[in-house]
Amino acid sequence: MAEEHYLELSENPVQFEHASSVNNVFFDEANKQVFAVRSGGATGVVVKGPDDKSSVAFRMDDKGEVKCIKFSIGNKILAVQRTSKSVDFINFIPDYPHTEFTQECKTRNASILGFCWTSWNEIVFITDQGVEFYQVFPDKRNLKLLKSQSINVNWYQYCPETAVILLSTTVQGNVLQPLAFKNGNVSKMSKFEIELPVIPKPAKLSLSERDVAMATIYGQLYVMYLKHHSRTANSPGAEVVLYHLPREGPCKKSHVLKLNTTGKFALNIVDNLVVVHHQSSQTSLIFDIRLKEPDCSVNTQQPVLPARSIHPYRIPLSGSAVVPSQPPVPCQLYSSSWSVFQPDIIISASEGYLWYLQVKLPPTVKLLQDKGKLMDFLLRRRDCKMVILSVCSQILEGSEKAELPVVATVFDKLNQVYKEYLEAEQSYAAAVESGPSRGAATQKRPVRTQAVIDQSDMYTHVLSSFSERKGVSHKFIIAVLMEYIRSLNQYQITVQHYLYELVIKTLVQHNLFYMLHQFLQYHVLNDSKPLACLLLSLEGTYPPAHQLSLDMLKRLSTANDEIVEVLLSKQQVLGALRFIRSVGAHDNVSARKFLDAARQTGDQMLFYTVFRSFQQRNQRLRGSPAFNPGEHCEEHVTHFKQLFGEQAMMKASTV
Amino acid sequence: MCLFARNDGFCVCFSPKMASGMQEKQYTPCLLNFFIYNPTFGPREGEEEKKILFYHPSEVEKNEKIRNVGLCEAIVQFTRTFCPTKPAKSLHTQKNRQFFFEPEENFWITFLMVVLGVKHFPPFLTGDVCVYFTEEIYWSKLVRQCYSMYKLFNGPFSRAMEAGGVELLMQKLEKFFYRYLQTLHLQSCDLLDVFGGISFFPLDKMTYLKIQSFVNRVEESLSLIKYTAFLYNDQLIWSGLEQDDMRTLYKYLTTSLFPRHSEPELAGRDSPLRPEVAGNLLHYGRFLTGPANLKDPEAKFRFPKIFVASEDGYEELHLIVYKFFVIASCFLSLDQISASVEVTREFCEQLDGLVGPQLTLLASDICEQFTINRRTSGPEKEPQFKFIYFNHMNLAEKSTIHMRKTASVCLTSVHPDLMKILGDINCDFARVDEDEEIIVKAMTDYWVVGKKSDQRELYVILNQKNANLIEVNEEVKRLCATQFNNIFFLD
Repeated sequence: MAEEHYLELSENPVQFEHASSVNNVFFDEANKQVFAVRSGGATGVVVKGPDDKSSVAFRMDDKGEVKCIKFSIGNKILAVQRTSKSVDFINFIPDYPHTEFTQECKTRNASILGFCWTSWNEIVFITDQGVEFYQVFPDKRNLKLLKSQSINVNWYQYCPETAVILLSTTVQGNVLQPLAFKNGNVSKMSKFEIELPVIPKPAKLSLSERDVAMATIYGQLYVMYLKHHSRTANSPGAEVVLYHLPREGPCKKSHVLKLNTTGKFALNIVDNLVVVHHQSSQTSLIFDIRLKEPDCSVNTQQPVLPARSIHPYRIPLSGSAVVPSQPPVPCQLYSSSWSVFQPDIIISASEGYLWYLQVKLPPTVKLLQDKGKLMDFLLRRRDCKMVILSVCSQILEGSEKAELPVVATVFDKLNQVYKEYLEAEQSYAAAVESGPSRGAATQKRPVRTQAVIDQSDMYTHVLSSFSERKGVSHKFIIAVLMEYIRSLNQYQITVQHYLYELVIKTLVQHNLFYMLHQFLQYHVLNDSKPLACLLLSLEGTYPPAHQLSLDMLKRLSTANDEIVEVLLSKQQVLGALRFIRSVGAHDNVSARKFLDAARQTGDQMLFYTVFRSFQQRNQRLRGSPAFNPGEHCEEHVTHFKQLFGEQAMMKASTV
Repeated sequence: MCLFARNDGFCVCFSPKMASGMQEKQYTPCLLNFFIYNPTFGPREGEEEKKILFYHPSEVEKNEKIRNVGLCEAIVQFTRTFCPTKPAKSLHTQKNRQFFFEPEENFWITFLMVVLGVKHFPPFLTGDVCVYFTEEIYWSKLVRQCYSMYKLFNGPFSRAMEAGGVELLMQKLEKFFYRYLQTLHLQSCDLLDVFGGISFFPLDKMTYLKIQSFVNRVEESLSLIKYTAFLYNDQLIWSGLEQDDMRTLYKYLTTSLFPRHSEPELAGRDSPLRPEVAGNLLHYGRFLTGPANLKDPEAKFRFPKIFVASEDGYEELHLIVYKFFVIASCFLSLDQISASVEVTREFCEQLDGLVGPQLTLLASDICEQFTINRRTSGPEKEPQFKFIYFNHMNLAEKSTIHMRKTASVCLTSVHPDLMKILGDINCDFARVDEDEEIIVKAMTDYWVVGKKSDQRELYVILNQKNANLIEVNEEVKRLCATQFNNIFFLD
């Protein structure tokens, strides 16, 4: 069971002073900073960010209770809201005046619900009557109104990654208006309505901001709505409904995630997975919106894995370094004091911790029996490589050995991702080559994610050890290797030589030469010089390998020298000569090499023929049958004279 | 007139037979007798009959049988004194040819042919020598093939001896050869029979890998299946068996089993497919061996046994042939006598259920390839070149001369005399190791070219008006460049 926790809290949480009557804690989603404000700031404000660089400590005057406090991006300007009418600013840029300045909201009688920084000096005030978009001038200590929108607002949500603010409007609150902020501009995205489980009569605010969250999943912006179970609607449990917000075009309801239970929930996004925490059962569910459920309608999804709780977490006591004997205290998970923020943040204000939620992949392997689905799931995760490779090993060996169709599916899935990467790489290379004018600048170099499992990964981590494993039938080894090669071919990926070598090695080890022969006959093993050489080396045990090797060299058409060497080594001097003549390289070959070989055969007539053939060549090329000194044929000339006499030599004049 | 220039492997002959030509009588060999004996079974006088294990024709009088066996024994014994390891293989008399073959120690297969027509050659002709060798090769191959076929279905002679002594062996020989000898068609024997090759179906890599995948999956899920062979349109695509066994099995399948089953299939083509015959509504696969109809409650699940070479001698297998239109898969399941594993109805149903749907998918892939092949090699029109190709290394054969092989006749599109020249060239090649090329001018504008490069042989028949040697040579070069450009074939 312990190995089944597939979610965990980050090992090094951000620690801050826990909330108390004198210490207020705020969290800024944009900068992921926690503000601990003691006594309204008079006794100190401690800002803790995800890393030490973003941590700041300072003091400010206590001018009343702080309602909201946030740094602009890059910690340049601090904004503090203390009243419902105005926001105060403090410069944090060195050399700029440090005194506070204030901005009241422009709309009369409006009260500020909150504010969001959209850049280092641009800020949006959200009031109950609309939004006001300002530019801050820290040097002049004033603000300029850039844009404003008048609209009745119940509450709002901000997604810092995309700088989109979502406003809840109308009486019921279920008409949502997203606004996108970019470079001093506001653009209204299409508004949409969320279907409520029950329509209240008389109308009243029915959509709570707690039930709505915004997040980017697989690079797309979604609004997640936690639709609670309603008795009247006759649904078995609560659902999370996802609305896809494209940059342009209308918003669409895209997915329904079935929770199959009721109660209090919280949402996180981790590694593009939707995580739903269920408080009463103290478990979490995960959904992968890209995983298609064949037995469900297009957009209704069930959890990928059975519900499990987050891995137990122990809080190391602050003094643990000093007093190591004291055991760490287990932390209460799913506590009611937890606050959950997008995308992957969990904060326990009462204990003073900020964690990042993480997905642990190894436990998922056991929980997801369908290997094809498991691969789909793993291939979309960030740190998946080693887990995928271990799954590959697992399905090939040992007790959990899978059947060939499953192995084939897994290979196909890996190679599809591999192929996509190769194609992207190729088109990038082509774009770079075509020059900067042709939009090479616009095309980014493709990122090689961990999901790209190439042949060398498979070879090193899976196939080579598997093929040497004792107790695995060679039939299965060959079947698996061929299946991998088939899959690579199916995706038109060039197979690397070492895979062929592995196949050949395995076949040779088990004396399956005829099988090898058939593979070569159908060109299943691609031609290459190394492969041809490997075949030549097999000739001793399997004579036909010689023919196979020569055929391969011939097809390569760049291996004429090798063919000549092979033939000469077999004392097929005439064959070599005829071959070299047929490919038109007769003029350039070394006469000495041929004469050496001819002499070695001990066949005098053969020597005569070869010698004469080269004399004729010399005659044709240089007008004289004599060999050039550079050809080092002197000893052969002497030998020829000894055998056949001076008069047998071809004379320059006679031809 | 013969022109030999062996040194560069090139030889031109003008066939004298062709010149003297067509008046010659047809060449019709026929089998006079065929017997198998073991001299150690009746070493003493008066027990000679015990040596004879099988004698065809059986109605011959006993004394004549004994005399013939004795003669063979004597010849072999006599020639052994000259070369103890290689005694005589054949004996040639004016009318007859006798062949001796010792497949297993002390077991001899002998047969006597009468060859009519040859004696009509004028005595001075060296052509006779060619005929002499042609037969030598043809018939000595034939006797080997007889033995291989026996061994495929019965195992070696020694097996029957161990199991039931001479009596069992004699029964088995009688049972096998009585029928087998009737199926020999000596008249229509030609070069392809000599080669005993395998025709491979040309296929692209991807489809081939899919078939591999299919075979591996079937063998994995049905562990009873030990080897698989995959054929399409009588052409081999994959063999899990070793080459020699596959060669014999291929011959059996293509010349005996498939032709026997093709007739009803052709007949049924016009009528809509009857599911009750096919046994299954979803696909049209059926068993060629074993039960004709799986649904038949009376069906017998008995499959022929075959014997193939294995690491320790030979192994016994059930031959299960499953056919799906023109795709045939042979599944060879291990016959574990000790474990008394029988091929059952459940097994057959499982096999049918597994293989049928997968073959449906594969069939369309292969079909596509088949049409591509057709397109590249041209439609059914007369092939541009008439040739026979054979590779001794993988037994691959290819012929554009043979139309269709059936159980009874081998249809060729060329004159038998030309076929005979091919045989002669083949015999000439067999005598030397070196690569060589022979060009023969035959009757009426026909040229026959034989090429041998390493382990490959190519025979081309050309018919060009007033062609000369150079033109013929060029033409053959062109053929090699188009048809054999992906192999190392010396010009």
